[in-house]
Amino acid sequence: MIQLDNVQFGYAKNQLLFNGVTWHFEQGHFYGLLGRNGAGKTTLLKIMTGLLFPQNGEAKLEGMPSYKRTTKQLQNVYFLQEEIYVPHLKIKEFEDAYAPFYPDFSHEQFSEYLREFEMDNMLGFIDKFSHGQKKKVMIAFALATNVPLLIMDEPTNGLDIPSKSTFRKIMASYADEQKTVLISTHQVRDLHSLIDAVSIIDNGRMILNAPADVITDKLLFDIDNEKAQDGKVFYTEETPRGIYQVKENLNHVDSALDLELLFNAAVQNKKEFTELFQ
Amino acid sequence: MDFKSTQTIYRQIEHWVYEQILSGAWQPGERAKSVRELAVAFEVNPNTVMRSYEHLQNQEIITNKRGIGFFINEDAADKIRALRKKEFLEEEVPEFLKNMKLLGITMEEVVAMAK
Repeated sequence: MIQLDNVQFGYAKNQLLFNGVTWHFEQGHFYGLLGRNGAGKTTLLKIMTGLLFPQNGEAKLEGMPSYKRTTKQLQNVYFLQEEIYVPHLKIKEFEDAYAPFYPDFSHEQFSEYLREFEMDNMLGFIDKFSHGQKKKVMIAFALATNVPLLIMDEPTNGLDIPSKSTFRKIMASYADEQKTVLISTHQVRDLHSLIDAVSIIDNGRMILNAPADVITDKLLFDIDNEKAQDGKVFYTEETPRGIYQVKENLNHVDSALDLELLFNAAVQNKKEFTELFQ
Repeated sequence: MDFKSTQTIYRQIEHWVYEQILSGAWQPGERAKSVRELAVAFEVNPNTVMRSYEHLQNQEIITNKRGIGFFINEDAADKIRALRKKEFLEEEVPEFLKNMKLLGITMEEVVAMAK
């Protein structure tokens, strides 16, 4: 697996982007990494996969520092970047060239995913495809590698409406106890039904990292006509339907996790949330 | 305490299963749809469906047969009716009565409608 401990990193000499980020994962979850523009989500993913090196602290992949980039490490992780590079190859040629790097690559799954994305009859060169089409080929490939850790940066960007639904269906069938998926996204509405663990990075720190059931045990996502009187209210938002509120879950009532409300509540209550989710 | 929380996905799936059984679409003794099938159909995390199924199992509506899957219990429909009745009386009726009061609707008007 992968873990970050007390990672410090900055692009400019005297300006740290991360000031001690610690991030551990539980296997078999579908993590959503949320953060504002420029919070460093993509940078964090690059550090995890050994594409950037921490200035202090440690990033580990399969028990070794990520920067070592050994075969064993690289076989076990796939990082699908937001800006994808595709070589001048046809789909079949791409598969033949890149699949051998992944011992658990499934050619059947790759064909199946391409079919579901309606990309199975595309005979031309991938680099001539539209952005969305390229993305679908690369998502199909990433999933077919069957790596224990799959990292995707904004995977739904550029996908058309039916493809987003196909993506969710494929992801639902893909998830199992052995596989951990980590998705960095702003499109929380595209993925909220799949995400079952949330990580929020803000101001150089991980302010929340917890499974969804732990979050809904501690927080109540409520809609009501008036502001709550009892317990602590972390965030409110007035809408025509009523007042959306994120509050302390004093009576352990089950409520539906709303990622947008959670995000707004978290960035406004960094300290309280860090303590609440220790 | 008046909680009108939005319903969780796993509860929504649970209620969907109630409907399948009450309508007869899922028959007693039959195998329920697999966790994966439902997860794909609803585009949700399989862990969420698993949570619904575990809850349904605790309510003795379905039974897990190891390695084969979940099966609908013989008395599932009766169990669901009892649960739904309790929910209806404890949650929906008080809400209904509150709205009646708010709108000044009398019991006589409602009884007349029910006839």
